[in-house]
Amino acid sequence: MEQILQVFFNAAILERAWPFLMRGVTMTLLLSLVVVPIGLASGLAVAMLYHLHRKWLSRFLIAYVDFFRAFPPLVLLLFIYGGLPFLGIDLPLFGTVALAFLLNTSSYYGEIFRAGLESVPAGQAEAARSTGLSRGQTMLWVILPQATRNVLPDLISNTLEVIKLTTLASVIGFTELLNNARNAQALTYNATPIVAAALIYLVLLWPLVRLVSRLEHKSIAVR
Amino acid sequence: MELQRLAFSFFNGDVASRYWLDIVHGMWVTTYLAAAIVATGLAAGLALAMARSFHFRPASFVIVVFADAFRALPPLVVIIVLFFAFPYVDLAMSAFSATWLALSLVLAAFAEEIFWAGILSVPKGQTEAARSTGMSRLQTLVYVILPQAVRLTIAPLTNRMIAITKGTALGSVVAVHEIIYYASSGASEAGNPTPLTLGAAAYVVLFLPVVMFSRWIETRFAWKR
Repeated sequence: MEQILQVFFNAAILERAWPFLMRGVTMTLLLSLVVVPIGLASGLAVAMLYHLHRKWLSRFLIAYVDFFRAFPPLVLLLFIYGGLPFLGIDLPLFGTVALAFLLNTSSYYGEIFRAGLESVPAGQAEAARSTGLSRGQTMLWVILPQATRNVLPDLISNTLEVIKLTTLASVIGFTELLNNARNAQALTYNATPIVAAALIYLVLLWPLVRLVSRLEHKSIAVR
Repeated sequence: MELQRLAFSFFNGDVASRYWLDIVHGMWVTTYLAAAIVATGLAAGLALAMARSFHFRPASFVIVVFADAFRALPPLVVIIVLFFAFPYVDLAMSAFSATWLALSLVLAAFAEEIFWAGILSVPKGQTEAARSTGMSRLQTLVYVILPQAVRLTIAPLTNRMIAITKGTALGSVVAVHEIIYYASSGASEAGNPTPLTLGAAAYVVLFLPVVMFSRWIETRFAWKR
């Protein structure tokens, strides 16, 4: 017991590692604030293009989506990180991570938005168009709000996954929470920093898990 | 010229011939690691959901806390805690076991929630009718509730299984000898990213059929009735 406290919950070590961990939390939040909106926007773009129902465009988009869903995000990240320099492209670490997330999350969010757009009955668009709204207006004011509401649980649940995925950035040395915790652990020869990081993730993400759970159960109850 | 350089970097036959056997070996490790995770994760998730359906409060509470925690924790964090923190208390495990255990726990948490949602979706009258014919609680669960519940869980479970088996790539961080481990060590050894291309191709070969299969499953067993 004594030993467990000493190596897992060591107050002295936690105190030393704390500022370091907090800097990691800031970076994790920053990264999330960049990659989640990028993912949402690009996913929406993919879904809206699919919604045009042009045969070849749709086929291409399905291939794109399936391809990047088959790819583990870590593989994508390492491929971009290891490959780009050979193309003579020098992206900063943040850019590399953002690019990998763009490719990965746009396909996941794209699938969700696509399901959402398809869930809105065709009559809605027809009715909106017949009142004189343009195609763009119909999409923006009539279809999208309903589509988004219908897939809200999936959108939030995927956002939770994306935030969890930001830990992958630590593998290429991006100094977010997990990376800082690993470094602190290596420097102090003590497990407290990683245990603390795990607890921080738990505290940050638990409310989101609860929210997803509630929304999912609600949508099942409606059926 | 540009194209030639591109081919030399990413599709170098010379480098590929040196490393493709490693990648194939990695594919084998990825496959059986994934199979082990799916087997343990699903079995544990189903067992937990069944335990929860007996509505014994303390047990349900523990199960909900477990499921919440492992749905909130990033899988990479779980792997790293198991692999790097536990040796400090003399609970060292191999990289393979740590990855297997971590991802099984995560899958169990998600599977429990999905099975539980499935169980909840079966109307109460079914339980009451089964119980009134003299079936025990366990018989009711196994022969009446679960067969109806499982149908609804197939699509979300398939998606979750794909997501988590793709997580086997995370094992490379603790040096499990799976695809990406060989691919990135090969790339740095050769000073050429061709092994990475091979690794990426290996993942597409393994997972693209699964993703396409899941697309079919989704339309076949959609949540709507």
